[in-house]
Amino acid sequence: MISMLMKRLVRHIDSFLMGCLFFTLLVGLFVLYSASGQSLERIGAQLTNIVVAFSFMWLTANIPPQHLERMALPLFVLGVILLLGVALFGEISHGARRWLHLGIVRIQPSELMKIAVPMMLAWYFARRESSLRLADYAVGAVLLAIPVGFIMKQPDLGTSLMIAASGFYVLFLAGLSWRILIGGAVFAGALAPIMWSLLHDYQRRRIEILFDPYQDPLGAGYHTIQASIALGSGGAAGKGWLHGTQAQLDFLPERTTDFIFAVFGEEFGLLGNLLLLLLFSLIIARGLIIAAQAQNTFCRLLAGSITLTFFTYVFVNIGMVSGILPVVGVPLPLISYGGTSLVTLLVGFGILMSIQTHKKLVTT
Amino acid sequence: MLVRSRSEVRNYRHEQYYFRLRLGVAAVVVLICFGILAGRFFYLQMVKYDYFQTLAENNRISLVPIVPNRGLILDRNGVVLAHNFFVYTLEITPAKIKDLEQTINEIGKLVEVSSLDRKRFKKLREQSHSFESVPLRTHLNEVEAAKFAVNRYRFPGVEIKSRLFRHYPQGKLGSHLVGYIGRINDADLKALEKSDDLSNYKGSDHIGKSGLEQYYERSLHGTTGFQQVEIDADGHAVRVLSSTAPVPGDNLILSVDSKLQSIAEQAFGERRGAMVAINPSNGEVLAFVSQPTFDPNLFVDGIDSENWKALNDSLDKPLINRPLRGIYPPGSTFKPFAALAGLEYGKREPPFSISDPGFYMLPGSSHRYRDWKPGGHGQVDVRRAIAISCDTFFYGLAMDLGIEKLMGFVSHFGFGKKTGLDIQGEIGGLLPSPQWKWKRWKQKWYPGETVISGIGQGYTLVTPMQLAQATAVLANNGVAMRPHLVSGVQENSSGVIKPIAPVIVDKVILKPEHVELVKLGMMDVTQPGGTAASVGANSPYLIAAKTGTAQVVGIKQNEKYNERNIDERHRDHALFIAYAPADDPKIAVAVIVENGGHGGSAAGPIARKVMDYYLLGKMPAEPVAPTAVPAAPVEEEPHD
Repeated sequence: MISMLMKRLVRHIDSFLMGCLFFTLLVGLFVLYSASGQSLERIGAQLTNIVVAFSFMWLTANIPPQHLERMALPLFVLGVILLLGVALFGEISHGARRWLHLGIVRIQPSELMKIAVPMMLAWYFARRESSLRLADYAVGAVLLAIPVGFIMKQPDLGTSLMIAASGFYVLFLAGLSWRILIGGAVFAGALAPIMWSLLHDYQRRRIEILFDPYQDPLGAGYHTIQASIALGSGGAAGKGWLHGTQAQLDFLPERTTDFIFAVFGEEFGLLGNLLLLLLFSLIIARGLIIAAQAQNTFCRLLAGSITLTFFTYVFVNIGMVSGILPVVGVPLPLISYGGTSLVTLLVGFGILMSIQTHKKLVTT
Repeated sequence: MLVRSRSEVRNYRHEQYYFRLRLGVAAVVVLICFGILAGRFFYLQMVKYDYFQTLAENNRISLVPIVPNRGLILDRNGVVLAHNFFVYTLEITPAKIKDLEQTINEIGKLVEVSSLDRKRFKKLREQSHSFESVPLRTHLNEVEAAKFAVNRYRFPGVEIKSRLFRHYPQGKLGSHLVGYIGRINDADLKALEKSDDLSNYKGSDHIGKSGLEQYYERSLHGTTGFQQVEIDADGHAVRVLSSTAPVPGDNLILSVDSKLQSIAEQAFGERRGAMVAINPSNGEVLAFVSQPTFDPNLFVDGIDSENWKALNDSLDKPLINRPLRGIYPPGSTFKPFAALAGLEYGKREPPFSISDPGFYMLPGSSHRYRDWKPGGHGQVDVRRAIAISCDTFFYGLAMDLGIEKLMGFVSHFGFGKKTGLDIQGEIGGLLPSPQWKWKRWKQKWYPGETVISGIGQGYTLVTPMQLAQATAVLANNGVAMRPHLVSGVQENSSGVIKPIAPVIVDKVILKPEHVELVKLGMMDVTQPGGTAASVGANSPYLIAAKTGTAQVVGIKQNEKYNERNIDERHRDHALFIAYAPADDPKIAVAVIVENGGHGGSAAGPIARKVMDYYLLGKMPAEPVAPTAVPAAPVEEEPHD
């Protein structure tokens, strides 16, 4: 009886993915404990986040993909309306307008859009699959530009870039022609010097510092320099858990959120870094396999986009912490402290699981 | 979904194939990117391990900002108005101290800590974070510094710092134009963050808060340098790894002459008011007086509450920048500009004249708009109307022109908008119109309001700065130069002075004969028979001027204004505008003496002293006694 119940409970959970997620989150808790100065309070809060996020993941995994497909358009429209609401009545905190007060609850519509945008685009291309034309990609680009524009205006550069990426992946996987892709890249490359010459001096300087933090070691470059020192001094095997001097002596800023990877790298070294990278790779590999095995266009595109977006988060965050990418505010998925983004992330994985486990129920 | 045609199935296979191909490409990209990350880890953690290990483990690198010297403020002759000097300060970091009260008492046994110091410290502490060091005592002398240094071990969290302090050697002189610096507060921090200047203020405690110190903050502050210092386990600097020198702030060279400024301020005595002197040909401000003034040195270390209360609660409002933020009705000083409007619109061109019965009446009304002179001035043309300040003439002129044309014309002289002086906080004044009145009061415009606008009464409000600027524009035949206090910015290292070029902001096209006529009228003002004849007496150069009186309280229709019956603060404001030499203007002046009574007698002599010094180098004959307002109205001059 109990085993029957258990079976029902986990029927739509992909065990391999679940295992990887669980293990990565566990690593994250250990790093957080160290990064927060051994605060059990923080661990408790993050554990709550994890439980809530897993519940959402389970719920999502139990929704059949056909239902998800039907929800795509309403969800997207709702998201755009909420973003409009934020732009008009949003609450300002830390200099950005991201939150919307709806009576008792406070929501961050840009989080909803992380899921709604790839769903919407996947839905659109799935509908048009038999007669895809160039115009469809243009429509897709416009659908993508609306939420990205709103979120960039908030301003939240990190999130808007990530959502732009998730949309781009759908376009790419739907078969956007290579000629346009390469042409676009060449065009952007050619435009860059012209844009550069039009910029003001102070704007140029900002960009220069973005790419070369050592030009402004007291200001914008401080994060990157301290993170490099933390990582580099970690060496091959790391300084050991709770023994990272950079982290423990307050040199590292934002070390429980965007820069948590520096703490990890300092304490667990090259070995730890590579293992974490492997863990992320396993998750990504599983996501790609789910996408490859998916049975219709909507599922394929959505699964592919969610997986590649997850990869983008990992790459951009670790890239910025290790100093090869400019600093944009993007957390490290599954490791950084924070509830809202974790829920969104695991809802995404819930969709992957739904796609994978409802497969046999769809007759083709 | 259940029934598929063959081609759809093939299509499906085809699509799935292409999708997997794309997925494969993406997977390769993922691998390459992760490869790059792994390579970066290898570089940082293996190749450069020793380097970073050294930085992080054995020593810690500290970046110490080096605050640049703030630029000096010098007058046009090089007289120092603001400079820096080193002083010892005794600073406390509250977070490091258990019992603050006890510690301060202990310190008090070594060096003197007055109750004023304590109060200021308390206020500063409330405004700053607990881990920031806050000065308890400033200006420690050598003995005090040495005394504390010996006992320093007893006071962890308390230290002596030697740092540059801003000092204003001229004290109260021109404090409204020089302004002052003060400690950076939360609002300043936010502004710095917004303008992306925060990193340049690492280590800086002070920022310009008012006057030129505020307006030219970017130039004066300079660029912060920094040292990369190796620090041992105890936090002591071991050696300097690299350093970038700070770039000191630029010096400001003013167009203001501090001697002239001082003569003007002294000429005010105890009276309140404002005076601005401008070189009409290039917009250089020569003197900028706001009376009473205050000592800006009080603000540098954070002003204590007693001094603050005294300044802030004073009825004389010494903290108000009167030339820029004091708004007054222009009174009769408005008349030359109104006369020019009448001439330019063809309403008062010679040989036009009126016969003045001593009052003006609107058609169909019995209300009398009185002239200041009962019985009137007889036959009056435009030149004489200015010379004797005939009200009746200008009542009619305003009616003939209409309020819009009149105000539209004078706005070109800078009324009703900011003059653009290089100090923040300027007020634009007010040129009324029926639209303005409707918007502001939801009331229609009455003809009577047009009538009194002709003599500068009613809603019209100007700042002394605007009045001086308008006078300068008139003297310059309609060419408006942007007024400025700073004439050049001097790079500190090279000594090269970058002059601030004169800028034409407006050009009123005027017929030369009209300008000439108005100017003749203004010259008559300082001649026998004019309203300020005494101001022009014995002058070796020609003075063109206009007197004015601005009512503070309204007078009823049949009441007679009597200075003696009125509370001092309700007396009329005295106004005076002038430029000289009238045939080749080198200086334009506007003076306002609050509650001074008549413009010619109260404000005129101040303008004369300023012009005498500027044009002739003549010092005021007698040390100006701090005289109060003359007790009796001056009989020998007409009362405007």
